[in-house]
Amino acid sequence: MTETVKPLTPLEELAMHVTGAMGGAVENTVIAFGELTLEVKADQIIPLLIFLRDDPRCLFTTLVDLCGVDYPERPQRFDVVYHLLSMRRNKRVRLKIRTDEATPVKSVVSIYPAADWFEREAFDMYGIQFAGHPDLRRLLTDYGFQGFPLRKEFPLTGHVEVRYDPEQQRVVYEPVKLPQAYRNFDFLSPWEGMNEILPGDEKAKG
Amino acid sequence: MADDATNLPTALNEEKRTFTINFGPQHPAAHGVLRLVLELDGEVVERVDPHIGLLHRGTEKLIEYKTYLQALPYFDRLDYVAPMNQEHAFCLAIEKMLGIEAPRRASIIRVLYSEIGRILSHLLNVTTQAMDVGALTPPLWGFEERESLMIFYERASGSRLHANYFRPGGVHQDLPPQLVADIAKWAEKFPKALDDIESLLTGNRIFKQRNVDIGVVTAEDAYAWGFSGVMVRGSGLAWDLRRAQPYEIYNELKFRIPVGKNGDCYDRYLCRMDEMRESNEIIKQCCALLATTPGPVMPERSKVAPPRRAEMKNSMEALIHHFKLYTEGFHVGPGEVYAAVEAPKGEFGVYLVADGTNRPYRVKIKAPGFPHLQAMDYLCKGHMLADVSAILGSLDIVFGEIDR
Repeated sequence: MTETVKPLTPLEELAMHVTGAMGGAVENTVIAFGELTLEVKADQIIPLLIFLRDDPRCLFTTLVDLCGVDYPERPQRFDVVYHLLSMRRNKRVRLKIRTDEATPVKSVVSIYPAADWFEREAFDMYGIQFAGHPDLRRLLTDYGFQGFPLRKEFPLTGHVEVRYDPEQQRVVYEPVKLPQAYRNFDFLSPWEGMNEILPGDEKAKG
Repeated sequence: MADDATNLPTALNEEKRTFTINFGPQHPAAHGVLRLVLELDGEVVERVDPHIGLLHRGTEKLIEYKTYLQALPYFDRLDYVAPMNQEHAFCLAIEKMLGIEAPRRASIIRVLYSEIGRILSHLLNVTTQAMDVGALTPPLWGFEERESLMIFYERASGSRLHANYFRPGGVHQDLPPQLVADIAKWAEKFPKALDDIESLLTGNRIFKQRNVDIGVVTAEDAYAWGFSGVMVRGSGLAWDLRRAQPYEIYNELKFRIPVGKNGDCYDRYLCRMDEMRESNEIIKQCCALLATTPGPVMPERSKVAPPRRAEMKNSMEALIHHFKLYTEGFHVGPGEVYAAVEAPKGEFGVYLVADGTNRPYRVKIKAPGFPHLQAMDYLCKGHMLADVSAILGSLDIVFGEIDR
């Protein structure tokens, strides 16, 4: 066997190290664009984060960001994405777990206090539930706001608009009125990159 | 007198005698629209509950409905005291995914204007924080310098604030030589203005009484609360993305990273002052580099850059390309990237999920002020009411980026 073994990149080494120690928690590792993404089982996120924070080769002590991403066509429609930074090892890692509207995700406030507002924001924007969060209130939207604005089915224009009513002498909420419907142009060219068959084209394959 | 309260009969002390006040949302020391619900025991702060979102414009939702080029101006409107630094992060994210790199001259211009943005932001923060603790002159002096910097913004991009100048692949227009010369001239005399401001503040007895040992952040807490930028450097951690994960031409430039010792408001003030001096040095180096580095500022013959105007007069393809670029835009992805820059306020990051179309599928904007502000409760607990505005000022928050 004269096969040369390629030396592992630092990201591959890190991925090996994490999957070696916490193999049961990590479902998949992806390295793309020079970034490491770990897809994690939702119920294993707490032990994995504790490991990543405390392990001397990881030391991901800073939670940079936590956010939701919506994929409505999936049964588990939400991704919760954690971005971690290790200032001491100068490394970054991204963790992803999946959930749906009804299933709560475990809150990580006990591990990273910084997660507090990030989880409130994800709840506010997507309606993702975080079990064990000390104070899961809405964060950015208006007092008394209804709906989850960053979900894909939520219209860009929203449902209500506010104005000051001089007769009632207060701010009133009204259903949004648009003189012109929002124009959402479809730029997907039928000539490139489309996979589905256009109506009428079924016979073409024939 | 505060001591008298202890002499009151115990019956009064038995029940919890806290009362709640609203700080803001229209308070001049709130640096924007922030509503702080403060629970006070006498003058001591027991609990801070910041209510944010009064400037929430749904930037992330809006960006999902815009092409990449149309989305770019939203980034100016986040941290509106240093607009180009935000654009930079978005451009870097797109470039990372497309696998392109800005030409060298564009890289230098980006660094030059990022540092101008840093000075813009720090000048505003340092001087208005001084105003929060009682000094009126520093903002007047600081804003004079900000004015000349904003004119440099205008001369490069046509706009004082919302520049839309950094584009994926480079910068929109090249700088005229006279502008570079004027920036270099300004950089020569700027340290004098900094000295003047320092003579008002650094040794000032009242300024020190209001800032030293106020809002102390330990290194461990800076990690736990997800701090970045001056908030970690003030606590003695030499962490700067420009050095640790260099982008553009930062690894060729000579600059120091000022680090504080005690992690209090005063150290953060000193860090910012020193950072402005370092930024000034970087600006000088960039001006010198620009003089010796001619070249394009956008990639040539690229899908992300418009063709030259002259070319469009003769070439049909160039005309089509121009039309397609500004209507349909370019397609990015699929994939996901996270790109961060060292913005004046800390790590400004963009998490971009692209699905291969001409519009971003999801953009998460990681604003540095967001984790800083959520630590208000931890930072203010046990401090006096008057310290709240000093701490708030030293966090360097701007609501454009926190509320998004």
